[in-house]
Amino acid sequence: MADKYELSWKEIPMGFVFDKPMASRENLTGSWRSERPVWDHSKCIKCGVCYMYCPEGCIHETEEGYFQADYDYCKGCGICVQECWTQCIKFVPEES
Amino acid sequence: MGKRRGVESSIAMADAVAMCDVDAIAAYPITPQTHIVEHLSELVYNGELDAEFVPVESEHSAMSACCGMSAAGARTFTATSSQGLLLMNEIVHIVPAMRLPVVMAVANRAISAPISIWNDHGDLASVRDTGWLQIVAENGQECFDMMPLAFRVAEDKRVHLPIMVHFDGFIVSHMIEAIAYWEPEQVKEFLPPFEPQIRLDIHNPVAMGIVGVPEIYYETRLAQHQALLDSLKVIKEAFDDLERIVGRRYNVVETYNMDKAEIALVMMGSLSETAMSAVKAMKEKGIEVGIIRPRVWRPFPTEDFLAAVKNVKALGLVDRAFTFGGHSHPLATEIKSVLYGSPVQPKIAEFTLGIGGRDVKVEDIVGMYGSLVDMLEGKDVPRIQYVGVRE
Ligand code: SF4
Ligand code: SF4
Repeated sequence: MADKYELSWKEIPMGFVFDKPMASRENLTGSWRSERPVWDHSKCIKCGVCYMYCPEGCIHETEEGYFQADYDYCKGCGICVQECWTQCIKFVPEES
Repeated sequence: MGKRRGVESSIAMADAVAMCDVDAIAAYPITPQTHIVEHLSELVYNGELDAEFVPVESEHSAMSACCGMSAAGARTFTATSSQGLLLMNEIVHIVPAMRLPVVMAVANRAISAPISIWNDHGDLASVRDTGWLQIVAENGQECFDMMPLAFRVAEDKRVHLPIMVHFDGFIVSHMIEAIAYWEPEQVKEFLPPFEPQIRLDIHNPVAMGIVGVPEIYYETRLAQHQALLDSLKVIKEAFDDLERIVGRRYNVVETYNMDKAEIALVMMGSLSETAMSAVKAMKEKGIEVGIIRPRVWRPFPTEDFLAAVKNVKALGLVDRAFTFGGHSHPLATEIKSVLYGSPVQPKIAEFTLGIGGRDVKVEDIVGMYGSLVDMLEGKDVPRIQYVGVRE
């Protein structure tokens, strides 16, 4: 992905068409995060609301039916924290 | 050469598009363009043309559908005018940036407000910087001939950009003319099948229209600009081939009586037909004057234009649209920027006329030539004249 941004104007592919689909996966947006959502599964009712609301689509269901974010892509927007019915997701600063 | 038939220019253009074996059409009717797509839809629904006709609910959707169909590899056509062109504006910018060779006929019409269905070049001027190749046709025959030409140039793998063919609404679109249709073999010889250089294909997936972050957006814009400039030579090749196959000569800049004249008017579209009568009227007064008509507006044919004006001492720039609040109107702005710093430095007068369907008479054009004569004789001439306006 990175080399695409180093092309000279003469090397731009026609129409700036990109022939590697799914390449957005290479863009690890998790680096944007200043706070991370942390789940306390003891209060979780497995409703899936966090999963539905995550704009990044980075929350997945675990084998036990709980939910968890993929921190490679979680941008730390805090929407899951806000939407969780039972307030079982905490927002924790990245430094700690 | 094909037989001439008496036919309305719009119908002839639609027939030409059908002869080009277009695959996909998406359009919304708007005066004075309507007859083109109406006739195409008849041809499709009568089974005479094997194409997808998408009757959309707005021009925004029309150009969006054209964008998608062209990306899927279809030879794609649409037509519009004035407000329709304005409504599709967002996608009009996107199609050339995505390098999709859509062909669009634009029956030039004034822009609201006040509401006007009549002809001027307001819509033409509004799309100057969209990145489309733009050809401005003079009459019905030219409209017909420019259809195969537009598909050929747009789809050429060195170009792969969309083309607008502009022509004056009503004055040309609704005129019944004797138009020579091409023979099917001539179209076949002139126009190769469309071989898309980029396309949506589930077996070879690509991403089109992706984000251009600040690190790359600038480069994509310069690449697009250069592709448009480079298309001029492909247009010229196609004009040569068109002459070889159907026997009509087209140039990127057309001239009339310019071998003798040192006085000339620059104009686009059908106005030059009226101007030819004015040239004859001036000749009867013993004054040689000429016409310079850029047929190709984008990319602007700078070198060809400079060659056409090289002996001109007094040049009149004729606009049929406004650049509100500007120093000059659109055509004059372009021509003056081309002349700035060039070895050719004629005296210049600017004119605006034929706005919102206001009739232009031969005497109006004779009057403009008269101003240029005055200017050459050292008399004071206003920098811009609004010909025919009520004071
Ligand atoms: S913080 Fe935002 S991006 Fe991260 S998991 Fe929650 S909703 Fe998704
Ligand atoms: S929204 Fe809260 S309760 Fe519902 S599944 Fe997610 S973490 Fe569990």
